[in-house]
Amino acid sequence: MPDTHLPPRMTGQGDRVETQQPIGDAVKTTTCYMCACRCGIKVHLKDGRVRYIEGNPDHPVNRGVICGKGSAGIMTQYSPARLQAPLKRVGPRGAGEYAEISWDEAMEMATGWLREVRATDPRRLAFFTGRDQSQSLTGFWAAQFGTPNFAAHGGFCSVNMAAGGLYTIGGSFWEFGEVDWDHAKYLVMFGVAEDHDSNPIKIGLGKMKGRGAKFVSVNPIRTGYSAIADEWIGIRPGTDGLLVMALMHELLRTDRVDLDFLVRYTNAAWLVVRNPGGADDGLFVRDAEGKPLSWDRVAQAPADAATPDMQPAIVGDFTLPDGRRAVPVFQLMAERYLGAEYAPAAVAERCGVPAERIIRLAAEIADVAFNQTITLNQPWTDALGRRHETMVGRPVAFHAMRGISAHSNGFHTCRALHLLQMLLGAIDTPGSWRYKSPFPRPIPPGPGPAGKTSAPNTPIAGNLLAFPHGPDDLLVDEAGNPLRIDKAFSWEAPLGLHGMMHTVIHNAGAEDPYPIDTLFMFMANMAWNSAMNPLETIRILTEQKADGSYRIPHVIYADAFFSETVPYADLILPDTTYLERWDCISILDRPIGSSHGPGDAIRQPVVKPDRDVRPFQDVLIELGARLGLPAFVKEDGSPRWKDYPDYITNHQRTPGVGPLAGWRGADGTKKGVGEPNPDQLQRYIENGCFWQHKLPPEQGYFKQANRAYLDDARAMGMMGQSNQIVLQIWSEPLQKFRLAAEGHGAKQPPDRLRGRIRTFFDPLPIWYAPLDQQAQDAAAYPLSAVTQRPMAMYHSWGSMNAWLRQIHGANRLYMSRATAERQGIAQDDWVWVESRVGRVKGQVALMEGVNPDTVWTWNAIGKRAGAWQLSPDSPEAERGFLLNHVITEWLPAQEGFRSANADPVTGQAAWYDLRVAVTKCTPGEAAQTAPHPTTLKAPPNMPAVPGILRRPGR
Amino acid sequence: MTELPPPSAKKLGLVIDLDTCVGCQACATNCKEWNAGGHAAPLPDFQPYSAGAEGVWFNRVHSYEAGEGEAGRTVHFPRSCLHCETPDCVTVCPTGASYKRAEDGIVLVNAEACIGCGLCAWACAYGARELDEDAGVMKKCTLCVDRITNETIPAPQRQPACVIACPVSARHFGDLGDPESDVSKLVAARGGYDLMPEMGYRPVNKYLPPRERPAPNPNPPAEAQPSAAEIRNPLLRWLDRALSR
Repeated sequence: MPDTHLPPRMTGQGDRVETQQPIGDAVKTTTCYMCACRCGIKVHLKDGRVRYIEGNPDHPVNRGVICGKGSAGIMTQYSPARLQAPLKRVGPRGAGEYAEISWDEAMEMATGWLREVRATDPRRLAFFTGRDQSQSLTGFWAAQFGTPNFAAHGGFCSVNMAAGGLYTIGGSFWEFGEVDWDHAKYLVMFGVAEDHDSNPIKIGLGKMKGRGAKFVSVNPIRTGYSAIADEWIGIRPGTDGLLVMALMHELLRTDRVDLDFLVRYTNAAWLVVRNPGGADDGLFVRDAEGKPLSWDRVAQAPADAATPDMQPAIVGDFTLPDGRRAVPVFQLMAERYLGAEYAPAAVAERCGVPAERIIRLAAEIADVAFNQTITLNQPWTDALGRRHETMVGRPVAFHAMRGISAHSNGFHTCRALHLLQMLLGAIDTPGSWRYKSPFPRPIPPGPGPAGKTSAPNTPIAGNLLAFPHGPDDLLVDEAGNPLRIDKAFSWEAPLGLHGMMHTVIHNAGAEDPYPIDTLFMFMANMAWNSAMNPLETIRILTEQKADGSYRIPHVIYADAFFSETVPYADLILPDTTYLERWDCISILDRPIGSSHGPGDAIRQPVVKPDRDVRPFQDVLIELGARLGLPAFVKEDGSPRWKDYPDYITNHQRTPGVGPLAGWRGADGTKKGVGEPNPDQLQRYIENGCFWQHKLPPEQGYFKQANRAYLDDARAMGMMGQSNQIVLQIWSEPLQKFRLAAEGHGAKQPPDRLRGRIRTFFDPLPIWYAPLDQQAQDAAAYPLSAVTQRPMAMYHSWGSMNAWLRQIHGANRLYMSRATAERQGIAQDDWVWVESRVGRVKGQVALMEGVNPDTVWTWNAIGKRAGAWQLSPDSPEAERGFLLNHVITEWLPAQEGFRSANADPVTGQAAWYDLRVAVTKCTPGEAAQTAPHPTTLKAPPNMPAVPGILRRPGR
Repeated sequence: MTELPPPSAKKLGLVIDLDTCVGCQACATNCKEWNAGGHAAPLPDFQPYSAGAEGVWFNRVHSYEAGEGEAGRTVHFPRSCLHCETPDCVTVCPTGASYKRAEDGIVLVNAEACIGCGLCAWACAYGARELDEDAGVMKKCTLCVDRITNETIPAPQRQPACVIACPVSARHFGDLGDPESDVSKLVAARGGYDLMPEMGYRPVNKYLPPRERPAPNPNPPAEAQPSAAEIRNPLLRWLDRALSR
């Protein structure tokens, strides 16, 4: 449109576009830590500052992509909320009055408190490490100290998923297994908004959608992944187990089950003793050597269940030579799930999913599993030595995460999901869910937890977080009372594999089971968004006894940022950021293995700290030396390791096995097992900061029974044995707990817990209404309330990030439009969200894609005024809110005892059992969230907050 | 007031797949990070740590719902400059600062000539212009003009930052003027469409619509027909099943 009054301008006249500018002057690889997914990144530097972070195209986890948080890492690196120097509390707890001190004084202070604790009763140290990716070090340190009171955040994250899987299939979802993204034709995902493996899931969904495979998402909320699902099932929270059991009912009813898979790879044909009331009831029939037996239909006699080519019975009631009666596991399973209570019509109302839809889903799944099999022309040899010419797959895959695990019925729901996979024969086959090395592991993996005894100045031998096989492995005293402060591995949470960080402060406050002296925490925001009932947590942290001393005498906190928990510590040990330190994604902890093979990774420092801060792991190693922990000092008492990289390279947990599996041996040629290699870290750096062993094709599937895989896994130190791992439909360890509850065995639960153990240690998956919901009036609190982490902040330590907070600055309460309209609630209204224990105020957003009986919000957006170097008028503090305020830490007391609001099997925090009522605020109540505790005071000498950011970090 | 060059044969642009975009913001923050230090730098953030935080972003992702209840959809919609073939944002520019490159059709702003008058932002129907109030200069997506031919970057990464970041591969970059290019074929195969074609700007970027949802399996496998005895006791079906360990 030429303008007649002005001369036309030449297009782009004189613009200079520099197209050949190098990104920076250096680039370093490392591992991201903006969430827990451990993607490989390339950090471009300019003048020693971060210029640009991109995904590492060679990295097996993210293959070059990067998520919304990963790129924003630059703003976390240069956040003004970074702590500057060690701090000593000089005012009352919570007042925020601190003095900067030297590292030497800080270490002296910590050592003094800890030395006294260790010399008297080491259990008085509770060491809990939150979002810790160095648990192979921190757990080892705690055991060396001699306290059983150690865990990271798994107990309030997804221990149900881990326990449900490890006690059933020797693996699980997330770090334990993944969908066969290249072959799956049908995927059902339960309860995943955003979760571990975020980039791999996204990469995989992109592939699956591109191939035209069907993706079904079962989730009360239609955001994120559910938004791109081909079918969204807006289930009621906490009922996923019922839906899964109804699918099993349908598969059994229509005889669409993979019986060959069941007899070869599961304990379906193992015989179970039927002797109601007897001490052996429900245990497997075993021979003199302890081998489980099946009923041989040809010989008409019991036989070793592992006998090649034997024809076992899967139904029938058999009399054993010794006169006892026994039935196969399959029969017990079929009898249960064919029961009328699991028929689609019986569960439809409760789940909010019509019966016809459940029947149709089951038929679709069965069609893909049995009529659309995948055959790979790949010979392999099974654990019994038989060669197979092909690998036949059932291309139906499942994935699940916190949405089903963060309920008090989550353990059984997770187990039910694995039973469904087994019925379909869809475990580690082409197109199904697959194990990630080093999984599968024996079921359960390894021995029980250490910590039955503790003594002054004495290390505890073994792993503090391990796998009970039965009541004998519990950490309880003669009276059955817990030995751990969090009560994990007690009768209250027998399979508390990841500990129960959510109970520590509450138990310490009640001095139940005993008082503690020092609470030592790392990267865990327990005075805010990581706690159930944070205001009560704060009350306990500041509680003084009659003599004026604190209920918890010493609190040490290590963190890189001014989080809400900082003001409640007596001593602050400021950590570096993830771009400033060495780290180890250890094969001994949660490595980066995939279905293609085992792997692990490191972080290397890519920028130098510009503050008086130290990597937490270095600090811990020095504390270990100062305290004289045997593994941390040489014979002459001098420090054994000078820092974390020295430890990573040279520590050996068992001969030849250390934190990293790659490039072991003096010349770096050994994998998994080999003497320490002084150049190991350099070799990792040369390879992009990761190591991966690619499995040969014949080891790619059926790993639980793949002879070559099992032998190699053992040789590489990933397993202590190479026997076939038989998947456990019927769980004998659970039955052993149940037998104890019935009065059998030496270790007996307290009488008040007998009924609970008997009910919840069913050896086959069960469904029950979430416990907190059973205990209250459903009509008074008619809505389920759950949270999700947004993709741009999932598992992110530091949502004060200047870019990410522009995307999510204040969370709303999302509510079904129809439900809201019935209550006269409109878009943007302020409402009270009230549970049986309290109320919180927030602002409503209406939506269509949510179960009508469910409200939800983004988690961990709401911040306490003053924290994180955000101004007190920030939307996070003014309008952001936490549902944590209305989530109880306790179930209602029964007979004077109260149990944690947790899964009774694993102790998993039951965040998503919450029921609420939503009511409109009066006009005068609007505009600010409540509770709205006092504004926190920043530590001394925190950096000034800029009014405008022009260049990141300048 | 500013003339467009003759239409170029090469039309560089993006193809964005609304079927797979999960709304993760990966493209938005990688764009922000690249460009905060790139050709159009800085991309300032105002009040970054208090109320009213707001910055310059070349790519923003919005989420919408369409339809009611379970029958509806949630759609994530990334929004950035579409590098239109006949963009009013260029022709309205009084100084010649806003321009469309003759060689490949990328729409850029010459910061030295821009007076920050904001006319282009009024003209752009897509809201793709971002005013840097600090410098008084209008900014926008450059299609990572400083990446896509940059020989200091490995060849596979010579793509816009939003494209290399995208975990679900919902973003594609290429020459939409070449009917044989991968992006053109993708647009043809998936029914890629212009955003608001009625405006007449002829956007180069295309959006791929969400795929039709697959119908429920029309041929579910036939159910086994149990005998009367088996209906009474379903376990009988498996009593004599010959299975081999």
